[in-house]
Amino acid sequence: MQWGSWENFWAMGGYGFYVWGAYGMTVAVLAAEFVLLRTRRARAKSEIARELRTRIQAESKR
Amino acid sequence: MNAPRSSLFRFASPQVFYPLAGKLIPWFAVAAAALAAWGVYLGFFVAPTDATQGDSYRIIYIHVASAWMSMFLYVIMAFWAAIGIAFNTRLSSMMASAIAPTGALMTFIALWTGAFWGRPTWGAYWVWDARLTSELILLFLYLGFIALQAAIDDARRADRAGAIIAIVGVINVPIIYFSVKWWNTLHQGASVSLTKAPTMATTMLTGMLVMALAFWMYSIAASLARVRSIILEREKRTDWVRELSDKGAL
Repeated sequence: MQWGSWENFWAMGGYGFYVWGAYGMTVAVLAAEFVLLRTRRARAKSEIARELRTRIQAESKR
Repeated sequence: MNAPRSSLFRFASPQVFYPLAGKLIPWFAVAAAALAAWGVYLGFFVAPTDATQGDSYRIIYIHVASAWMSMFLYVIMAFWAAIGIAFNTRLSSMMASAIAPTGALMTFIALWTGAFWGRPTWGAYWVWDARLTSELILLFLYLGFIALQAAIDDARRADRAGAIIAIVGVINVPIIYFSVKWWNTLHQGASVSLTKAPTMATTMLTGMLVMALAFWMYSIAASLARVRSIILEREKRTDWVRELSDKGAL
């Protein structure tokens, strides 16, 4: 490994703040999108289930 | 409603596309993860420290990849939006809506990583340079598209209104791309072009291209995942969605 030690690796030749600030935000934003996608899907599915329940109730009253 | 059986247009039916997209997502997601791991390995452990910029240049691997994606995704979004209103294909418009948030995200990443690269190399997080400003306008175009669609209840009317922003905004993409040629910008010119030899070391270039491919795969996986939710939201009253829901196969 060209860095010699993990300490050197994290220091990034003195640019650690900038390099990890850039990569950190990228990872954070992608993780946020992943969570949002899962939430949206779960919401869409529960909406369909709710729709179905109200329909069944309406039919059984008839 | 039965989908016509014999042509590619079959896939323009949300009912046919929904399960297909579901099958494709894991492949794109795995490809994205594998390529990203390879790209990070090349970028941090194979590529050497830059002679003039030191290790700050390592931001390039995500900066260029996200900036490319921000422009590609906009063009693809506008393309599907245009097809959606020209041929009245609902799925095309849904695809445009599905791409927009991922495009906005890529634009944000390009701006953020650019700021974190600009500070050590130029001495400023932000300058009103033609490249940076046109990329910021791209972010506003994405956000405008999303906000406009969110403000209109009727899905097809929202599709048409969004398509107008998307199509008109395409003009901004060549402006971003050529801004470094047309104006005197602080931002450097293109490091990679089809006609000239690249102005960077091979290992750096390979790392950058691998990372760009990873971002492509990620964007496809995310857009497909989102379009599946959009299909469910819009088709929740249809028989095929009910049938899938009854079978527990949504």
